[in-house]
Amino acid sequence: MRTGHEIREAIARKQTSALEVVEQALESAGRLETELHAYIRLLPERARIKAREIDAAVTRGDKLGPLAGVPIAVKDIFTVAGEIATAGSKILENFRSPYSATVVEKLERAGAVIIGKTNMDEFAMGSSCENSAFFPTRNPWDVTRVPGGSSGGSAATVGAGTVPIGLGTDTGGSIREPASFCNIVGVKPTYGRVSRFGMIAFASSLDQAGPMTADVRDAAQTLEVIAGFDEFDSTSVDVPVSDYTAALRDDLSGVRVGIVAEFEAEIGASDPALAALYKAAYADLERLGATLVEVHLPHARYGLATYYLIAPAECSSNLARYDGARYGRRVQNGGDVFEMFERTRAAGFGDEVKRRIILGTYALSAGYYDAYYVRAQKIRTLIKRDFDTSFAACDVIACPAVSCAPFELGQKMQDPVSMYLMDYFTIPMSLAGIPALSVPAGYVTGLPVGLQIVAPAFEEARMLGIAHAYEAATGHARRREPPLAGAAR
Amino acid sequence: MSTKVANAAATDYEPVIGLEVHVELKTNSKMFCGCRNEFGAEPNSLVCPICLGFPGTLPVINRKAVEYLCKTGLALGCSIAAHSKFDRKNYFYPDMPKNYQISQYDMPLTTGGSVTLPSGKRVRLNRIHLEEDTGKNVHAGGRMAGAEYTLIDYNRAGVPLMEIVTEPDLSSPDEAEAYLVQLKAVLSALGVSDVKMHEGSLRCDANVSIRPAGSSALGTKAEVKNMNSFRSVVSALEYEIARQKASLAAGERIVQETRNWDEARKLTYSTRSKEQAHDYRYFPDPDLVPLSLEPATLERWRAELPELPLAKRGRFMESYGLSDYDATILSADIPTAVFFEAVVAASGEPKAAANWMLNDVPRALEKHGLTIESTRMKPGQLAELIKLVKSGTISGKAAKEICEAMVADGEDPQAVIAQRGLAQVSDEAAIAKLVDEALAANPDSIASYKAGKTKALEFVVGQVMKASRGKANVEIVRAALIKRLE
Repeated sequence: MRTGHEIREAIARKQTSALEVVEQALESAGRLETELHAYIRLLPERARIKAREIDAAVTRGDKLGPLAGVPIAVKDIFTVAGEIATAGSKILENFRSPYSATVVEKLERAGAVIIGKTNMDEFAMGSSCENSAFFPTRNPWDVTRVPGGSSGGSAATVGAGTVPIGLGTDTGGSIREPASFCNIVGVKPTYGRVSRFGMIAFASSLDQAGPMTADVRDAAQTLEVIAGFDEFDSTSVDVPVSDYTAALRDDLSGVRVGIVAEFEAEIGASDPALAALYKAAYADLERLGATLVEVHLPHARYGLATYYLIAPAECSSNLARYDGARYGRRVQNGGDVFEMFERTRAAGFGDEVKRRIILGTYALSAGYYDAYYVRAQKIRTLIKRDFDTSFAACDVIACPAVSCAPFELGQKMQDPVSMYLMDYFTIPMSLAGIPALSVPAGYVTGLPVGLQIVAPAFEEARMLGIAHAYEAATGHARRREPPLAGAAR
Repeated sequence: MSTKVANAAATDYEPVIGLEVHVELKTNSKMFCGCRNEFGAEPNSLVCPICLGFPGTLPVINRKAVEYLCKTGLALGCSIAAHSKFDRKNYFYPDMPKNYQISQYDMPLTTGGSVTLPSGKRVRLNRIHLEEDTGKNVHAGGRMAGAEYTLIDYNRAGVPLMEIVTEPDLSSPDEAEAYLVQLKAVLSALGVSDVKMHEGSLRCDANVSIRPAGSSALGTKAEVKNMNSFRSVVSALEYEIARQKASLAAGERIVQETRNWDEARKLTYSTRSKEQAHDYRYFPDPDLVPLSLEPATLERWRAELPELPLAKRGRFMESYGLSDYDATILSADIPTAVFFEAVVAASGEPKAAANWMLNDVPRALEKHGLTIESTRMKPGQLAELIKLVKSGTISGKAAKEICEAMVADGEDPQAVIAQRGLAQVSDEAAIAKLVDEALAANPDSIASYKAGKTKALEFVVGQVMKASRGKANVEIVRAALIKRLE
């Protein structure tokens, strides 16, 4: 697998052309698609036009952007001007966006070439990509297994080596869990670090866009491109963007790594093999010079319950706009405009989306609002305080990204709560709004697993630097190739 | 129907009225996006992905709208919240692009304050909050139920809207009207809204209940909507009060409900729509951060407040010796007040200036379809006219004619006098000649006058004026006539 920074370097040195790289990526994507099903739509023409622009810039000797000529895959939750954006839903299957998301504009300005829009759980609600209204995506390490979700398409295509960089979104673990399942790096930035404008909303107070990449350096480079204040997103924060690539390091001397006592007890009881893998990962950190410190997140166990009140509440309101009146699918068989709304939504949304809309509507209803929504917000504050307290004793936290290795398709579809439990270790960070990433940490029965590294708000540079040292020393992803490998060799 | 209601009405009840007034703010752009905020444009021409609620779009607060609302609050003595927030009001309706309205629920920008009526009564305000307007539905067939199709114009969707809510302090339809007139005058002075009820930039809903006279308890209220002029507010309130009295007199109970005013049939009817069962599921809008206002910003806005109508009225009465009535009218509309004061400054004649501004000028403006802002007449020209009347150069009658010409064409009074030969004749010899001719033609009137009938004198004065085609100086005519007769 080639990385984004290697590709950019090769193009800049004219060892290859952007067009050649894009053709390879398109060929790989097309060839794997019958088994992997990572893309809702490839954008070959757009990609070729952009690639030729890069090649022209190389010929002219122009200064090249940090991602010049790098092929990327974008989750279908982001809008690209003139292209369809479905968010994995039938209700938007013909919705063509008149504008581009801020992150898409920034990536294209940096020279990245979008080759396609990737599959996802409908409106990012799911942990397996099986809730896509179109088809489930498979895991390149085992096509009978799920790639994780909701950013499963981006994870699978990066994991298979078709493209080095994918763009995903994470609301409760939707970047980190599929990154773990597909043996790649996935970063959920601090809430407010990356603009949400043009990213179709699931739960506004939790959604963040982030990179899903072949290695930590690509993640750092991509985050540097997409991060920053956006006047079109009031919740984006005006904090200067650090030089993340300059912060990458190779040793961990002087670094205090927090190990969460509650999480270790949990995973030790539920999956001893996985617990052993994570113990080995912590030992690796220690070998690199880090000091391990025990920290506590006493309220993290309420994270899942809190999340399943806040996220559905916000989604019940965010998804109200899909009524067939202005865009997207419309179902109209006589009746008045309210009947049109009802029929459109009944036909347009899948079961999981309906389930969460109902949950959220209930949580916000008169008489329940204080008991559910307001109380959930209070617990959210307590969870945030747990992290504040922990970070007084450590620089970063290292913990499991997942509670199991990739599971088989269909295994959890009949039991929504077992699916919700997939995000047990990732949700508390989402509720606290702090940055977290998953970096490949090894294999359980031949399937990849990621280590989660968590930092205080806006300390992405620190987080990426530590992940880089771990990746450089262990090289788990470099050691093996997935059975379904994209690069023509 | 309405007569029957009126006849059955009992008399020992008093009405309690509270008003909710929605005012569209006159900002350049919409509340949460950059679209132009304008009335009367081609349908769906002032829209963008944000105000159409397209997937992935986000709102950004219009600072000017916050400023306009806070200035209104400062002018009305409200307390301005240092911290407020926006909430989502969730309900499905085809004129709402997101199927929720961004509004303010439990932390409005202002609370308290009051509007003082010319009578001196203070109408207390409960709150003023900021929200976004909805689009407009046009149903084929007029009503949504059974409409063949519905067209939606989203130009208005996202226009900044402030809702001003009173306490139930109004005790009659006339008082409700006085409140609206005063509120409109204040908003107009602040320049924050066009306040045109017929264009919908000012809309009014009323909460009405009745209670035994002298009681302090509140009765069950009805919310009356769909009134499109101050006049219809008064009519709807009168009807609704009578209806409630008749209901109680008939032993019925008042039901809490929303009732629409039907302007054509002059009655209110229960809407009984699905809307009434709504649970709006308010919650803080996660797309917007809480709004904080610096004390320094508020102080700057306070310093920028213009003189308000009631203060202006007081000053007009005190400085210019105007009556309460004249001062109220001249101070209610800012362009009129500005014009008036410019005429006073140029002429030094406040009372004459007031008379012109209250009578002949508005009459001429209306006749020519103009406003005080669109007329080409300059304050200096009206001042000149006043001086010409005072010096006796022209008659009062000629002045009216000149005034109309000035309003219509913006011509100088001297030019109109020259063109139309309207200069007043004060030459005593010429007038004496006309008097002689008139007396010769009307011998009877001399006898009548001598018999003590002063009317006869005025008759001859009229004849002289007629002969001079109105140009003779009437005082000189009268003096010459009396001199001749005695």
